[in-house]
Amino acid sequence: MSRQRLSFWWFVGTLAASLVLMLVPLPHVLDAFKPYWPALVLLYWALESGEQRVTLGLAFLFGLCADLLTGVLLGEQAVRLCVLVFIALRFRSRLRFFPMWQQTLAVLALLLNDRFLLLVVRAFAGESTPPALWWASPFVSAVLWPFLFLLLDDLRMRLRLQ
Amino acid sequence: MPLAREESSPLFAGTAAGTLRLMFYLALAMVLMVLDHRNGWLWRLRYATAIVVEPVYRLASLPADGFHALSVAFADRRLLTEQNQRLREDLLLANAKLNRMAAVAEQNQRLKELLDTQHSLELHVQMARVIGVDMGASRHRMMINLGARDGIKSGQPVIDAHGVVGQIVEVLPNSALVMLVTDPDHAVPVMIQRTGLRTIAYGSRNSQQLSLPNVPMAADVHAGDKLLTSGLGGRFPQGFPVGEIGSVVPSASGMFLEAHAAPSADLDRADEVLVLHDLPEPAGPPPPAAPVGPPASEAPAPASTAALPHATVPGTPTTSARAAAAQTIGTPST
Repeated sequence: MSRQRLSFWWFVGTLAASLVLMLVPLPHVLDAFKPYWPALVLLYWALESGEQRVTLGLAFLFGLCADLLTGVLLGEQAVRLCVLVFIALRFRSRLRFFPMWQQTLAVLALLLNDRFLLLVVRAFAGESTPPALWWASPFVSAVLWPFLFLLLDDLRMRLRLQ
Repeated sequence: MPLAREESSPLFAGTAAGTLRLMFYLALAMVLMVLDHRNGWLWRLRYATAIVVEPVYRLASLPADGFHALSVAFADRRLLTEQNQRLREDLLLANAKLNRMAAVAEQNQRLKELLDTQHSLELHVQMARVIGVDMGASRHRMMINLGARDGIKSGQPVIDAHGVVGQIVEVLPNSALVMLVTDPDHAVPVMIQRTGLRTIAYGSRNSQQLSLPNVPMAADVHAGDKLLTSGLGGRFPQGFPVGEIGSVVPSASGMFLEAHAAPSADLDRADEVLVLHDLPEPAGPPPPAAPVGPPASEAPAPASTAALPHATVPGTPTTSARAAAAQTIGTPST
């Protein structure tokens, strides 16, 4: 029972940590390269635990929290995370057993799709089109993905959490 | 670990229910976005959640603060002594300059009073510390540690020692969000100091620069010209430095010259900024004519009716529309 509770708090803790990581201020030059942490962590849990933990509703609420924290248009990240989790859950059975490099490519595709979605939302909100460097973030995220995946997986194994 | 076959995630075909749920959440998010964009009542929600959000900001800026504290703690003693010495010298120099300025200001005051104008040179300001959470790649904004409790209102200009930093766009109880002059959504009515030419400086999309896209072809504009706020538009008071022109090139359409300017305020480095409480001076469009009909004694409070709407008239909606307010401040009055 207590182990179950511990693993629940571990799940919540990683999500909260990803939100804080998203907010950490970086020097202006590095800002464009900041990975989209909430999506990466949510993706990890979607692949790891599937529908038992990560549902569309959770992604939606998580996105709303992220929106409130970053102060962008309310619902923007909710849409992005919902779509991300939906695709991840649909192809979960296959994504899980991909070798790491294929999985990384899949994550890159997911995040590029996410950026494109963001572009559409921003265009509808009447904001200006971003510079080319703005597209760097998915690539940085994809490069970080194997490390994040292995780290979280290793920690989970070590703590014997579900 | 044997792989249990789960009915909920089949290998290939998805369930219709999942798609339906996705549609539902997408629609919900669309509604939220539209409501938020139209700026109905959702700002109240933001205001209420600020209590939770603010500590998280502080938490997120802890690493940066920590580095700063470490660098102070481990700074070399000799370095500190040198710095102290230099600061003392600077202070002396600054004080001397201030004294001279005070004399000039007094003289100016006397002359202005002589001219029977009501303008004053005193600045009513509040010092604010930059909490410094930069929140997006294409948005140049910063947080300061003053909020509604300190009497901050949306739309107040923010300056530093060198020039205009930006303006307040969103006020939370203990902090406020400042849109910088380099934000792509921002525009300042400016005047070129040397020639007096009026134009508008927009934030630039891809760098920390200002762009002046519509300078007339025949205008006399060089690199090195200083930009001052012109006081038009009724948001920034007149005469604060905004930037210095770096380059002038013909625009893509060939109808105008396009100038690029570097902002004079230290947008990257500013640690402490000043929030202005002054209303802009009544330049720009003429004040609404006082009613001529009834005698002055029967007119309802003529002084306040002449002054009040004037401050808000030239294209500054007092609704808390964040982006809208920023875009309209520089609307040319022609």
